[in-house]
Amino acid sequence: MTDWPILSTVTFLPLVGVVLLLLMREDGANGRRNILNISLLTTVATFLLSLLIWYGFDSSNPGFQMVEEHAWLGTGIGYRVGVDGISMLFVILSTFLMPFCVLASWNSIEHRLKEYMIAFLILEVLMVGVFVSLDIVLFYVFFEAGLIPMFIIIGVWGGKDRVYASYKFFLYTLLGSVLMLLAIMAMYWDAGTTDITKLLAHDFPAHMQTWLWLAFFASFAVKMPMWPVHTWLPDAHVQAPTAGSVILAGILLKLGGYGLLRFSLPMFPLASDFFAPMVFALSVIAIIYTSLVAMMQEDIKKLIAYSSVAHMGYVTMGIFAANQQGVQGAIFQMISHGFVSGALFLCVGVIYDRTHTREIAAYGGLVNNMPKYALAFMVFTMANVGLPGTSGFIGEFLTLVGAFRANTFVALFAATGVILSAAYALWLYRRVVFGALEKESLKSLLDLSAREKLVLYPLIAATIFFGVYPAPIFDATAASVDQLVNHYAAAVEAAHKVAALVN
Amino acid sequence: MLLYKAIVFLPLIGAIIAGLFGRAIGAKASEYVTTGLMMVVAVLSWIVFINVGFGAHGEGEGMIKVDVLRWIQSGGIDVAWSLRIDTLTAVMLVVVNSVSCLVHLYSIGYMHTDPHRPRFFSYLSLFTFAMLMLVTSDNLLQMFFGWEGVGLASYLLIGFWFKKPSATAAAMKAFIVNRVGDFGFVLGISGVFVLFGSINFDTIFSAAATYVPAEGAANASDVVINLFGMQLDKAHALTAVCLLLFMGAMGKSAQFLLHTWLPDAMEGPTPVSALIHAATMVTAGVFLVARMSPIFEHSHDALTVVTLIGAITAFFAATVGLVQNDIKRVIAYSTCSQLGYMFVSLGVGAYGAAVFHLFTHAFFKALLFLGAGSVIHAMHHEQDMRFMGGLRSKIPVTFWTMVIGTLAITGVGIPGTEFGFAGFLSKDAIIESAFASELPVARFAFWLLVIAALFTSFYSWRLIFLTFFGHTRADHHTFDHAHESPKVMLLPLFILSAGAILAGMVFYGYFVGEEQAEFWRGALFYGPENHILEEAHHVPFIVKASPFIVMVIGFLLAWYMYIKSPSTPKVLATQHRALYNFLLNKWYFDELYDLLFVRSAKALGRFFWKKGDVGFIDAYGPNGVAARVVDVTNRMVRLQSGYLYHYAFAMLVGIAALVTWMMLGSSF
Repeated sequence: MTDWPILSTVTFLPLVGVVLLLLMREDGANGRRNILNISLLTTVATFLLSLLIWYGFDSSNPGFQMVEEHAWLGTGIGYRVGVDGISMLFVILSTFLMPFCVLASWNSIEHRLKEYMIAFLILEVLMVGVFVSLDIVLFYVFFEAGLIPMFIIIGVWGGKDRVYASYKFFLYTLLGSVLMLLAIMAMYWDAGTTDITKLLAHDFPAHMQTWLWLAFFASFAVKMPMWPVHTWLPDAHVQAPTAGSVILAGILLKLGGYGLLRFSLPMFPLASDFFAPMVFALSVIAIIYTSLVAMMQEDIKKLIAYSSVAHMGYVTMGIFAANQQGVQGAIFQMISHGFVSGALFLCVGVIYDRTHTREIAAYGGLVNNMPKYALAFMVFTMANVGLPGTSGFIGEFLTLVGAFRANTFVALFAATGVILSAAYALWLYRRVVFGALEKESLKSLLDLSAREKLVLYPLIAATIFFGVYPAPIFDATAASVDQLVNHYAAAVEAAHKVAALVN
Repeated sequence: MLLYKAIVFLPLIGAIIAGLFGRAIGAKASEYVTTGLMMVVAVLSWIVFINVGFGAHGEGEGMIKVDVLRWIQSGGIDVAWSLRIDTLTAVMLVVVNSVSCLVHLYSIGYMHTDPHRPRFFSYLSLFTFAMLMLVTSDNLLQMFFGWEGVGLASYLLIGFWFKKPSATAAAMKAFIVNRVGDFGFVLGISGVFVLFGSINFDTIFSAAATYVPAEGAANASDVVINLFGMQLDKAHALTAVCLLLFMGAMGKSAQFLLHTWLPDAMEGPTPVSALIHAATMVTAGVFLVARMSPIFEHSHDALTVVTLIGAITAFFAATVGLVQNDIKRVIAYSTCSQLGYMFVSLGVGAYGAAVFHLFTHAFFKALLFLGAGSVIHAMHHEQDMRFMGGLRSKIPVTFWTMVIGTLAITGVGIPGTEFGFAGFLSKDAIIESAFASELPVARFAFWLLVIAALFTSFYSWRLIFLTFFGHTRADHHTFDHAHESPKVMLLPLFILSAGAILAGMVFYGYFVGEEQAEFWRGALFYGPENHILEEAHHVPFIVKASPFIVMVIGFLLAWYMYIKSPSTPKVLATQHRALYNFLLNKWYFDELYDLLFVRSAKALGRFFWKKGDVGFIDAYGPNGVAARVVDVTNRMVRLQSGYLYHYAFAMLVGIAALVTWMMLGSSF
């Protein structure tokens, strides 16, 4: 098992699907069917294979595991991959969500299905690549390349304002990336390596940390997205096809949080400590501001997109609380939000496929003829609200406790999200699902099809399972998070001692 | 051990069967499965109650713990799903399961024409499960799980008739107002964790005593926490945490300021009101404070607030109850008011009396609600008492059981003895405790409670007189077809009537009387200086008689105004129009909150969206940049192609220049 490069296999397995798809013809009798089957098979196989990573993962080891290393560009930049407790679960999350994306696109993509699926499979490679990279240049390549398929997915298969949305998406993210590239160069300059494991051990000078931190933060804040660089997200979500939204909310948003955990916090602890109050402020603004904005949305997808921003506010708050509860809560929140918000977008997709509108006002009374749908939507709404017993609660609670330990004011303001999330989510549910069925256009809607059940029911199971028994996730992350937090605390304390001596 | 797990999880199994397979097995089967399981559970909980409360126990055997499953472990937080059975839990088990079982049974009759019965019974059982998780929890987080679980069930059941816009609005309101309380609860849990390093009850309770400010201790004023900008020493930190937790209790128990959801919750089916909004869920706040008595006991300031809020609620809700016309809303305000009594009792340190009132109240209030349901059933879903009257002869069984409920809630008994209806013993114990207490606000609370007792008697009898006496004001068709409810609905009324008569007399000695220490065995914590229950016995006779006196006055007033001279209420209402409208509109709380919170939140949301996101961030961010780019390209159209990769290329060139500059700059 140790010799077998499982991480690379998982990462690049979808490319096999891509090759097969390239050999296929979309027209013809079974063209569509074959394409869909190949895509589904590839993503499912990748997911099952990725479970081996979890199975083989030694959760008592806080360092990187299953490491592979090859020379690549000479000059020290290498192909290095590996996982630790922080990244491992994101790999699983990415591979887990892909089959759902394929299933969600079963009927709704009418033209260029082959190219669409290829874009998704390539996107999968790149996303998994981000999480397993142990070389900062490799990370950057995957991180940035991921933009391209997403840009194409929105720009080609999106809604009517897709071009505006995709440009906005691109402009925002590119801005951040450029600064990050600069920082990476500077880091190479200072540490003489691009190996993440070595960079983690390297002490960057304090003044340099500030600039590096800001450069990375620019990139990650856009990806999260944090207020005030969040406005690309609602537009991108609204225009993206359902599966695009799932990946966007489920995985792409997690890249920012992952980046903060992998780079900002451990590599620049002094700067993180220095900027923590700013991050807290932005997080709290994100939670309150975007929750209020979410409440007033008239488009279902926009509402959920804004609620994602608010939930990511808990993540950044938890990360910079820099204690076990905060960081573990943030990781849990990201994983949980990954499938809960993905599921919510799938729920929107279900009714969008039937009526081709996302206007909240166009719905009402769906529970009358779609009881199964109403149940599924209820579970995910409650998870979004953070009801205990669903996975949404645990991350929210732990990040709040973490924030409370760091700064009670932050917790006080962030806790208002408990009220606001209930307000926007339940109001949405009431307007869409409850009520008498009076609109003519809705009377003929059918309840969930077998395919839709196959998509939503496993996600319901995951939502409730991890809400009741989150131990697998905590077990996997505990050692690495402990190490991260202790390392961080030690670095900050050492710096304070030095400062005290100097004075 | 299996016994306890069965009690908690059988209702969940029932809920799953009825909820997921209700369509397959049919409505009848769903009803029988859920109700049957509840009967089993109810019997088991009485067995547990007798074992735990009255069985022979050795030293330190007061509490049983059953582990179920790991839950959250992160740093110092280590909580598991587990069941904690002590006397307090056993009392709650009996209350919850008995009432739930009877409500299930009653609903078979009440809901028999509803097409969604499996869903209804599934929700009822789900509620029971969540409530059981709440009362058996061994840590604050599992309690919060139950807390929110009952909130969810309440939301689903209030909005059960989802076609009614008023019902779904009420459901939403209930959930959100409760969340306001939860906001405090969550912060309270965080505070407890930071102070005690754990949220498990055992750890908290054993450490709580060290938070008492010892006389002359050197570290008494050391700051232990910085809470919202306040530097708090140990004693004040404890107070702050208690108040945050109490905020949660205020939401769930519909206390003054967070009470607005409870009357609206009456939109749900009546059995739901009986189970959730009278007997069980709304008492969760009382349970919380009683469970946390080891820390509340150490904070006089927190107890003062509890007393004050409780007394104001008892008074406020009673005043509103005086003029309501909807039969269910009268009882809802009465519930709100009675919960206020319980909180006063907790506040003055008479925890046993509070739980005793919770216990007896569950019987007579469930009885009143189910009786009201029987009336509504008879009147074809008419709830307005102005269109009732004269039903005494039509539905005699309902009439007599409701009279029993009224005798219990108004506290009929012989002052100075332990002989009377359930409410007589428990409510009078509270009023006496309030008098005996030395808290600065206790005397104020005492007077409010006595006045509220007068009002209670008045509105309770008003309800009886308006509904059952005089000439009918209903239309002929409805009145002629008014019929007594089926046996399946009457049986629960009989059983609850027995409870309303006997619960007080049988259990008085154990809950608050001579045997209370042996009965509770530490489940409720009394500080060494807290002898409130003892002192309450020795208050002057006039204090003991005061609730009885005002009860009689209230009865006579109601009799005069609704039997003797039925024109009086109308005259009074016109003479005091402003006061009447003030009360009828519930002190205008809904209007005030709508203005303060609902409208302003919506306006703020729209402002942030249109002016913040669109008007500022987008306008000066991406759109602004894009517009400038277009301006520039228009001028330099030959240099610029408009393709994205050209811009990207230009940016890369820029970076290269920048990097070069940095490298050179740093080497100089």
